[in-house]
Amino acid sequence: MSLNAFITKETLDGSDDGPLSGKTVAVKDNISTEGLRTTCGSAMLEDYVPPYDATVVELLKDAGATIVGKANMDEFGMGTTTETSAFGPTKNPVDESRVPGGSSGGSAAAVAAGEADLALGTDTGGSIRCPAAFCGVVGIKPTYGLVSRYGLVAYANSLEQIGPIAPTVEDAAALLDVIAGPDDRDGTTRDAGADSNYAAAADGDVEGLTIGVPTEFVEGADEGVEEAFWAALDELEAQGAEYREVSMPSVEKAVAAYYVIAMSEASSNLARFDGVRYGKSGGYDGNWNEAFARAREEGFGSEVKRRILLGTYALSAGYHDKYYAKAQDARAWVKQDFDEAFEDVDVVASPTMPVPPFELGESLDDPLQMYLADANTVPVNLANLPAISVPAGETDGLPVGLQLIGPKFGEETIVRAASAVEN
Amino acid sequence: MSDTPVDADEVRHVAELARVDLDEDEVEEFAAQFADILGYFDALDEVPEVDREDELVNVMRPDEVREGLTQEEALSNAAETEDGFFKGPRVS
Repeated sequence: MSLNAFITKETLDGSDDGPLSGKTVAVKDNISTEGLRTTCGSAMLEDYVPPYDATVVELLKDAGATIVGKANMDEFGMGTTTETSAFGPTKNPVDESRVPGGSSGGSAAAVAAGEADLALGTDTGGSIRCPAAFCGVVGIKPTYGLVSRYGLVAYANSLEQIGPIAPTVEDAAALLDVIAGPDDRDGTTRDAGADSNYAAAADGDVEGLTIGVPTEFVEGADEGVEEAFWAALDELEAQGAEYREVSMPSVEKAVAAYYVIAMSEASSNLARFDGVRYGKSGGYDGNWNEAFARAREEGFGSEVKRRILLGTYALSAGYHDKYYAKAQDARAWVKQDFDEAFEDVDVVASPTMPVPPFELGESLDDPLQMYLADANTVPVNLANLPAISVPAGETDGLPVGLQLIGPKFGEETIVRAASAVEN
Repeated sequence: MSDTPVDADEVRHVAELARVDLDEDEVEEFAAQFADILGYFDALDEVPEVDREDELVNVMRPDEVREGLTQEEALSNAAETEDGFFKGPRVS
């Protein structure tokens, strides 16, 4: 049986020559591809064909990559399992009774199964790192502003970044080298990635590296995950790194802060889907509000409706200060905790996910339980930092990911540290 | 539980603000789930005041005409168009 890793399978050839020539790449289906259907995993956009390429797609083509299809995903990126896709769930190639993680589950599954050499995902609260961890591959969430978001269908602008998924740290870093850099079509990009050579940093040299382990990130993790995590740290220590515990009390509030901010931004961003310029039409009966509400009832799945409504609620009169303003305070607090940690350590480590991959269908009924699984990944997005998930053993035959978080634009540091985990 | 309990009427009100029709089953399901989720968000009440070190500066550039989508491209995904315009539902 197929893994259902792709929503649309079609080949787009790149230029003849470049650093990615001969490489096949799966592109998450919320990244615009000119002339190739881009659905965001939603019935709303099942017939949407972008008239232009995202900047990262132009860069892939220029680098000689062959795009082999549009990868399955949770609807608009809203999920941790790829089960909220309107095109059916993707299976985890390691164990087909399990989810691949999400929301970039199709991208990670395609790479893990060899259906693509490399993939692009997007990460708003862990959507690259979670599926990389669950499928046993490498995923990088870049520093906010390193990679252009032009042509990415927006979910939560202040949090999301496009990033690479690959079988090895070096391959992931090489793909990041291709897509990183400033873009005058995305005003939030910075110059940092202009002439990067992150791939060269994958030299496995961790002599003298200091690693901070926030106790808050490890407590409450599944026992097998915790064992694999400490074994990976011991291995890094044997190679010359040292680790120490650090405390980051703010991360206890990160999930609440993240979901308030992401849902609020989503409620605003997804207001554009009214069925007039693109997307499922609500028809022409009644007045415009009725037609729009009808289009959105038909076009959006439950999780998307849930987040739009909760975001609308959090921003509504009387609740804005209680939810949205406090979430911004929490975001500043998380940033401050990371800043303090990086005064003493080079990288911060945690299990990427506190649990092994869920069974398919296990988590659909309880959204809050699902949100809590993002506890270790969302602080990174709140703080705009780079992080990598690298395979670190397994528990009961299921992959475990080690997350390494770096300071702002510290991609070389996390690539170097992660490459030592592969040794 | 949240100190701002959510009932079905409140879900309907927010859905109307957000222009999303819901069926009755969804209204009931969301009311129960929102109570849980908003209750969890109440943890934000304990967040301390933090000095924000915002180093944000406006990035400005002069307006300049650039190549954009053609009219045909811009209309290519619309369900209906008329005389080169998007066709929308009536406004009142």
